[in-house]
Order: sequence, then structure tokens, then C-alpha cells
Amino acid sequence: MSWDWDKLKQQQHGRGGAPPQMDDIIDRFKKFKLPGGPLIIVVIIAIFIASTTFYTVKQDEVGIVQLFGRYVRTTEPGLNFKLPLGVEKVTKVNVRRIQTEEFGFTSNQPDRGSRFRSTGENTNVALMLTGDLNVAVVPWIVQYRVKNPYDFLFKVRNIRQLLIDMSEASMRLVVGDRSINEVISKRDEIAVEAKGLLQKELDQAETGIQIVTIEMKRTNVPAPVQPSFNEVNQATQEKEQMIYQAKEDYNRAIPAARGEAERTIRAAEGYALNRVNRAKGDAARFTAVYDEYVKAKDVTKRRLYLETLRELYPRLGPKYIVDSDQKNFLPLLNMGNQIGVEK
Amino acid sequence: MKLRGIAIIVVIAVVVFIYNAAYIVDETEQVIITQFGRIVGTPKKDPGLKFKVPFIQKANFFAKNLLDWDGDPGQIPTLDKTFIWVDTFARWKIIDPIKFFQTVNNRFNAIGKLNDIIDPAVRNFITSYRLIDAVRKSNRELDTREVGLETSETAPRSYYTITIGREKITQGILEQAQPKLAQFGIELVDVKIKRINYVEEVRKSVYGRMIAERKQIAEKFRSEGKGEAQKIRGEKERDLQEIESEAYRKAQEIKGGADAEATLIYADSYGVDPEFYSFVQTLEIYSKALDDKNTLILSTDSEFLKYLKGYAK
Repeated sequence: MSWDWDKLKQQQHGRGGAPPQMDDIIDRFKKFKLPGGPLIIVVIIAIFIASTTFYTVKQDEVGIVQLFGRYVRTTEPGLNFKLPLGVEKVTKVNVRRIQTEEFGFTSNQPDRGSRFRSTGENTNVALMLTGDLNVAVVPWIVQYRVKNPYDFLFKVRNIRQLLIDMSEASMRLVVGDRSINEVISKRDEIAVEAKGLLQKELDQAETGIQIVTIEMKRTNVPAPVQPSFNEVNQATQEKEQMIYQAKEDYNRAIPAARGEAERTIRAAEGYALNRVNRAKGDAARFTAVYDEYVKAKDVTKRRLYLETLRELYPRLGPKYIVDSDQKNFLPLLNMGNQIGVEK
Repeated sequence: MKLRGIAIIVVIAVVVFIYNAAYIVDETEQVIITQFGRIVGTPKKDPGLKFKVPFIQKANFFAKNLLDWDGDPGQIPTLDKTFIWVDTFARWKIIDPIKFFQTVNNRFNAIGKLNDIIDPAVRNFITSYRLIDAVRKSNRELDTREVGLETSETAPRSYYTITIGREKITQGILEQAQPKLAQFGIELVDVKIKRINYVEEVRKSVYGRMIAERKQIAEKFRSEGKGEAQKIRGEKERDLQEIESEAYRKAQEIKGGADAEATLIYADSYGVDPEFYSFVQTLEIYSKALDDKNTLILSTDSEFLKYLKGYAK
């Protein structure tokens, strides 16, 4: 530090004229007979001073330069120069890297997250009251980057804590205005609204932080309530199943019945054709015979009668001829016995 | 040689003086200069290199940027007598470093003052409103419908309706606390509710309620399923009857039509000579209906045998 002030003193006196004290010092140095001579000391000092005049800014960073504490400029990636010996101070801020804060759960990163928050704390972060006064477990992550390094460095003390607190407050504000069902099923909507809310707050506080994304993890109900929620899902399935079974019954019976009905109708149509055709046939036959009959009525009638008998009588069973004068023969005939024997 | 020694002493003295006279104000700081404890001049709010009278004056640094305050989470009953944990945080700034220096002096004292003022304000507001007011921010329509459930009764609307909402509550807390902090040179930028949760016992009963609600919904799903299934079965029965009877009706109509037509045909044809029809038809029946199982007893009176006893009568 004292070198700093020597330099300063040099500058101040330099303005008013040649510094006589300097000569004294140099003279004193000259008096010492150090090995290698005073030149080496001068060179070492010069190198030391020179080494503090340049610095590199990496590709994804910017350098914020403060001259005696006052912000003077922002430098771009590459090799940059500044005034040496702490006159100008550089703070490098990564403006491209996207950083992540996790809420309500811990991923496997072994670094900061786990150190700051115990598991008990974790569940409390995620437990939220919903608009219908139920309790939901809402874990989420916030990804952000620095968009304004000046604000980021100088406007807020303990900026990470502010980001964490604000994220929680915004998320709870959004979840507080949703029903438990919405919290579970409409996560995207919540993420979008929370992002807008959080960004607004961060801009108001001049944090220089830009929220890249808010991503909702699996929202859920607390573990003790979980089984009953699953039961509802199961009941939904059961309902579907019952309906499908009934539909199955329906589908099994109805098309078959339609076919059956079709068959009945077709059969009736067949009957109709049959009936009409037969009628027509019978009629045609009768008409044909009748036409001939008309020509010779008596003889045709006799012929028909006798032809029928000729064909019929030989086929008949026992025949008894009873004289019309013999009246008491009939009762003696044992007809039943006769038939029995025949069988 | 002596002259040189004096010169060295002078140089060292000048360096020490300048070192003590100069001070750096960072972007995040503001400085008050005091002379033997008495404030001298105006606060230095611009960053950069500054000078003061060495040894006699002292530079006191205060933060200029936004500072945080984290409330002590506490159990507070709401207007509807529900006990909840409320965790708040606030952001503040030192806007009047002179007042700040005179009254609280450093940040730790300031945090103490903030505790004393914000915590009671939070308590006042939370206890003055119903829980729902601290939870919700608007009267947005809540979607409590169950997906897949045909009918669902919604809870009485007023239960979830807020009168002021969380944002107004935090606004109220801010407005109540703000004037009291002005005397310390502190500006309270905002107060936010970070978390609200049920206390353990309340939480358990809320879980119980949630479980009961779910169970009731599950039962409803099941019963709806049963109802729907029965409806479909009923439809099946109805459709079955309808299809069968419809078919029967059509069949009968067709048959009837055919019968009618046949009757007409027969009538047209046989009507010419019913006597002859009867004769022919009867003969046909004889030949079809009688066979060897029939015993025929004929009287010689019959037409057939009338020639048996002679041909002239």
C-alpha cells in the first residue's frame, strides 16, 4: 500500500516541479552497494508496477473498472489496461453464464445448495397454500444471468438472498391465486406468471438480473395426502373401465341383434315369395285343369274321381265292404286288434 | 548527511499525512465526516477519492445500496382464528445518513429497529384479515373442476373471495412501518410475505380435510361410472327390444301382404267354379291324407261300390 502513496505523492509533486526528495532517495539507493547494482531494483519495481497495469477479460465476462471506488468504464473481453497499483480496480462479472437457483428440492450438485439449506428447510420452501386453502408441494428452479453488471455489483447488497426471497414471494403470490388442481395441472401457466412478476420486482430493485426461465418441477400434494389423490386417479380409471365394460356388453349384443332382425325380415320376405308363387302355381294349375273341365264337365269329373281312387285304394290298409242291407256286421269287427297285429 | 536525514523524516511525515487525509468512497457507500464526533459538512454520496483533515476528522462509511431485512418467522392467528406461520422480508435503504448516524449508527442496530417496527405491523395486519386475504391477490375464478367428473359442486364462492388480498396487505404493512422508520434516516422500500404456512396442528387437520375431499370425489367417480354403465346397459335392453320388435313387425307386414296377395290370387282363380275347386281339392286331400294305416269300411251304397251289386238300379 505504501508504494501506492509514494506513487501518488510523485504525481502530485510532479505537477508542481521536480521533486527534490526523489533525488535524495535515488542518492541513498546509489550509496548502497547491493550486488548487481541499483538498476536491478529499479527493474524489479518497474516490472511489478507494469504487471498490475493489464488484465484479461474472458469471452463471457465484462470488466467493471473503478477509479478510487468510482465507476469509470466497462471493458470488453480481451486484454485491457488500467492504472496500476490499485488506483483502478477491476471486477469481472460473467454476463453470459446462466446461473440456477433451486427451490424446494436439491439436485445432486454437491456445492452450495446443500450447504445452505437442510432437507427440512427444503420441504418448507416447497410447501405452499393454494387459493382454495389446500397445501401443495411446489418445487421449481430459477435460471438467470446478469444483464446489467453495474446494477448487479453496486445497487443491492446480498443480491443472491434478494433473488431467493423474491423468487419465493413471487411464486407464492401466483400459487396463492390458484386452486390445488390448477397448481398440479397448469404448471406452465404458473411459471410464466411467476417469471413476469419476479422480473418486475427485480427490475424495480435495480438488480441488473434477467430471469431466463422459471421451470416448475413436479408439483404435488404433500405426502400424507398423496394416496387419496392417487385414489381419485384410480377411481377415474375405474369409472372408465365400468363404462367400457358396459359398452362392451352393448357392442356384443346389438350388432348381433341387428343381424338377427335382418334375418327375420329376410325370412319373412322368403315366406312371402313362397306364398305368392305357390298361390300363382296353384291357381295356374287349377285354371289349366278347369279350362279342360269346362269342355267336358261330366266325364272329366268322373275321370278325376276314378283316377284318384285308383291311385288311393291300393295304398290303404284293410278294407271292409259292408252291404248296405247288412246292418249288424259292423259292431262285430275288432278293429283295434286288427291294427295292433298289423303294427 | 544531517540534511538528508531530516528530508527523509519529512517525506515519511508527508506520506503518513496524505494517507490519513485521503479516503475512497465506493459505489456502494456514502460517508459522513466527523470531527471529534461532531458531524462536519454534508454526506459524501458520490464515489471516488476524497480528502479530509488528517487525524482530526474521521470518515464514517454507510451503505448506499439496497439492504435486506429478514423477518423472524412467527405464529400469528388470522381473523378467522387460523394459526399460521408468516415469514416476511423487507428491503431498505439509508437515505439520510446523518439521521442514521445519529440515531442507530450501524446496520445491526438498524436491523433491531426494523424488527421492532415491521414485526408488529405484520402481526397487526395478519390478525385483522382472514387467512384467504393473506394468501390470494385477486378474486380470479379458481378452477376447482375435476377433470372427467360430470357434475361438481363448487364451494361457496364467498369462502375464497378476498376483500383486500396479499398485495394490499403488504402495502398496508409498508405504509404503517414507513413513517416510523423515517426518523432513523431509513427508507423502507418494500415489505413482502415470503411464506405463509399452516402451523403443524392446523396442517394435519387440513390434510385430513384434503383427504376427505379426495375420497368423496373418488366415490363420485366410481358412482358416476356405475351410473353410466347402467345407462348403457339400459340402452342395450331398449335397443335390443326395439330391434327385435321392429323386425317382427316388418316380418309380419311382409307375410300379411303376401297372404293377402295369395288370397286374392286364389280367389280370382278358384272363384270361377267353387264347386269344381272343392271337388278337385277334396280328391287331392284324399290321396294325401289316407294311407295304409287307415282302415276303410265301405258300404255298397257308396258311389265307388255301387257297381258291385250290379250296374243297373
